[in-house]
Amino acid sequence: MPDTTAGTLRARLPPDMRALTDRALDGATRLGASYADVRIVRRRDESIGIKSGRLEGVATSETEGFGVRVLVDGAWGFASSHHLDLDEADRVAALAVRIARASATALRTRVELDGRPPAHGRFETPVVEDPFNIPLERKIGHLMEADRAAGAVRGVTFTESSYGAQREEKTFAASDGSFTEQVITHIGAAVEANAIEGDEHQRRSYPDAGGGWAAAGYEYIGGLDLVGNAERHGEEAVALLTAPQCPSGSRTIILDPTQLYMQVHESCGHPTELDRVYGTEASYAGTSFLTTDKLDEGFRYGSDLITIVADATAPHGMGTFGWDDEGVAAQSVPLIRNGILTGYLTSRETGPRIGRASGGAMRADGWNRIPLIRMTNINLLPVAGLSLDDIVADTDDGLYLASNRSWSIDDRRLNFQFATEVAYEVKGGKKGRLFKNPTYTGITYEFWRSCDAVGDQSSYVMLGTPNCGKGEPSQGAHVGHGVSGARFRNVQVGVGKW
Amino acid sequence: MVTPGDGTDPLAIAETVLARAMDAGASEAEVLVSSDDQALTRFANSEIHQNVAETSASVNLRFVLGRRIATASTGRIDEAGLAALVHRAAAVARTCEELEDWAGLPGPDPSGPIHGLPAAFAAPTADATPELRAEGVRAVIAAADEQGVLAYGSFSTGREAMAVANSKGIRAFEERTSAQLLTVHMSPDGGTGYAERAATDVTNIDPEGIGREAAARAKATDHAISMPAGDYPVVLEPYAVVDILDMLGYVGFSGLAVEEGRSFAEPGRRVGSDLVTIIDDSANPSGLPMTFDYEGVRKERVVLIENGVCRDVVYDAQTAARAGRRSTGHGLPAPNPYGPFPLNMVMAHGSTPHDELIAGIERGLLVTRFHYTNPVHPKLAIITGMTRDGTFLIENGQVVAPVRNLRFTQSYLDALAGVSAVGRDLRTLRGSFGAVVVPALRIDAWSFTGTTEH
Repeated sequence: MPDTTAGTLRARLPPDMRALTDRALDGATRLGASYADVRIVRRRDESIGIKSGRLEGVATSETEGFGVRVLVDGAWGFASSHHLDLDEADRVAALAVRIARASATALRTRVELDGRPPAHGRFETPVVEDPFNIPLERKIGHLMEADRAAGAVRGVTFTESSYGAQREEKTFAASDGSFTEQVITHIGAAVEANAIEGDEHQRRSYPDAGGGWAAAGYEYIGGLDLVGNAERHGEEAVALLTAPQCPSGSRTIILDPTQLYMQVHESCGHPTELDRVYGTEASYAGTSFLTTDKLDEGFRYGSDLITIVADATAPHGMGTFGWDDEGVAAQSVPLIRNGILTGYLTSRETGPRIGRASGGAMRADGWNRIPLIRMTNINLLPVAGLSLDDIVADTDDGLYLASNRSWSIDDRRLNFQFATEVAYEVKGGKKGRLFKNPTYTGITYEFWRSCDAVGDQSSYVMLGTPNCGKGEPSQGAHVGHGVSGARFRNVQVGVGKW
Repeated sequence: MVTPGDGTDPLAIAETVLARAMDAGASEAEVLVSSDDQALTRFANSEIHQNVAETSASVNLRFVLGRRIATASTGRIDEAGLAALVHRAAAVARTCEELEDWAGLPGPDPSGPIHGLPAAFAAPTADATPELRAEGVRAVIAAADEQGVLAYGSFSTGREAMAVANSKGIRAFEERTSAQLLTVHMSPDGGTGYAERAATDVTNIDPEGIGREAAARAKATDHAISMPAGDYPVVLEPYAVVDILDMLGYVGFSGLAVEEGRSFAEPGRRVGSDLVTIIDDSANPSGLPMTFDYEGVRKERVVLIENGVCRDVVYDAQTAARAGRRSTGHGLPAPNPYGPFPLNMVMAHGSTPHDELIAGIERGLLVTRFHYTNPVHPKLAIITGMTRDGTFLIENGQVVAPVRNLRFTQSYLDALAGVSAVGRDLRTLRGSFGAVVVPALRIDAWSFTGTTEH
């Protein structure tokens, strides 16, 4: 649990930061804001890119700044600057108020916020080995060894390997007296083998197509065993060149965690964002079929096996924090329980519209963006009974699909289509030969209702993506997904012409 | 500080950091400085619900020690921040392995320092206020009100100053502005309609006209009928054609993609009908002009596809050197694993009026826009995605009914080969990766592979 000793925090914070938050909040309220908050964010990134055994790039970046969000006459305004200075705090606060007054000229419903208690405290991602203190030579050497192991496989055309680490130090203060500090560390790595022959381009990625990412220190990278898995994925990329085309038809499919997390992301995470439901993302990301009448009626989202939570407290999840960017404490919110819709990802503004307090899902991509409703860790909970291996053994005729290759879903999150890097034939309870270019498609709730097996705790793993896009101007988010693998019946496999 | 309003010269900052990098032992160095004032007013349910502004700056330093290359960037544009930047980059460079085929930073433009095109900057955009954007949004909403629909969209304005200096003598500076207004209008009877414009000069954007276009489309898509999946001839509005250029740029028009064997582009290979010509032309005043790339190299006009035949792809300094070419001025900020990219694509217009594009179809579909497209098979340019915000049935050369949205899984190369008519009007729009100028197209066959409920 976060430390809630506000007095300790003030001593930890450089006095100029506290002075800046006070100055911005005082300026905004003096000019007419009924509510204001300010976030000061310092973000540090490090990345390593290797291609076919060549060190293509080592990059470090630092950014810092602050953003002031205000409510004036029931309308929102936001302004931000990279210049951490008291005079700039005055300018930015005044600009935010001016912008809010402009918003008020096209306002139909005044914004009302829930009454969450003021937030105080400090949160830090638990880190064993600080990635920013690990010698660069060690990080490069480890990644290079893995990349070369994949590239040594005969037939691999090129390899790409990457490493990234990010640390965000965030101070939040609000006109209701809230004041929090957070230090959040994320880390990830990937090895990718590509094989090309003629018009055929096959790829295998480890640990998955987006890389393995977690809220952790460098100890997470060691646990991935990139080197030990690189050769096998290189061999599969080459084997896929001559593998048969994945056969089309209505099939039983088993989704490995490396694909299931993307399925959860696109067809469970995004539809349950309540801002989408209310149309406020309509012009860009789209809306959601999951209108609030479905909450009242107990809409059946999936089979009884499907229980999904938005858990911002889950260990190692990239959606884990102490407070969201409105100062709402991290919590676990049930979204779907035994197949029935039970909740949404919410904010202080949208929660009251369904009679609830905020579930703490407002997250901003840095100092220069407003918080939006974002996924935290959207986890499909494991079901005791069958391990993932048991599910395979229990399948007479099906396909085992792993590692996402492409994704697409309509603007209300109903019709989806995914491609995976690989399909393994399942016959008589055993995984067998490879098929290339697998795709599958469906309608969200029909698909989840067709789930007849979810893996138990033994294969449950926290995965996630650092590239969830939303909003205008665009924002990226790091989100987590805990999954164990699952089986679905009568799924349309094979789309398009090859 | 490097902010557009305070008179500091980003090129002077670049020169300062460059000198410090060389003093720190760099054998080569490159500094990219950008400073931005961006603002965006967003609306939904016919009211402004998000309204933001940002003042930002960054310095990107590529520090080279022989063949060891490090890149560092910072948003701290003060003495301590810049000193730390140089220190950080130098420390990383000393640690890196050598890049054996490092070809060096690009050299200066033969004509000397590069100054931006006047056409890239418009004072009305640079000076746009929250009140101006709100006024534009109210006009869009008023057009929606007239038709009894709701408006959802955004109106953005921004100015950017960019400078590049490197140790080989490159000096480049440009100020650019851009504005974009887009809206989706949604009808209570299920219809949705899209409209958009982008421009260097915000005064060239007509909010009321955009609102009326989207409102009319929304009303026209009320009570849409279902169509089965299958192959249909299509007319693609410019908003949909944008995606074809975006995706072909992403999967094929890059020198790195060619080098790695993952591109379809081979000089002389026919991929489209005679009617298809695509050029990257950053000086085209109809687009959002850009004079040099993120390495400070002057942008060249590159013919990508001419009358259906692949001609060339774009290069940055490193991919050009490995290919025995010179950079075409399409580098992205270092480090850049994606390779060079065409950011100013223009598709040549044809001579066919919009009505005649439709008149040429016996039974097919008119598609306004695509949604959430993604490559399924990059080398074959097979893309999947959905239609959105205005899909219609065409029968006997007439639009006869709105249609529920469809999923497609389609090779964009096959689509180019099937272009049978090109519209005579061009639209300037903002794609996923840059500005694009595109016409509407008629295509003989488009593979729709699924349906949805709206």
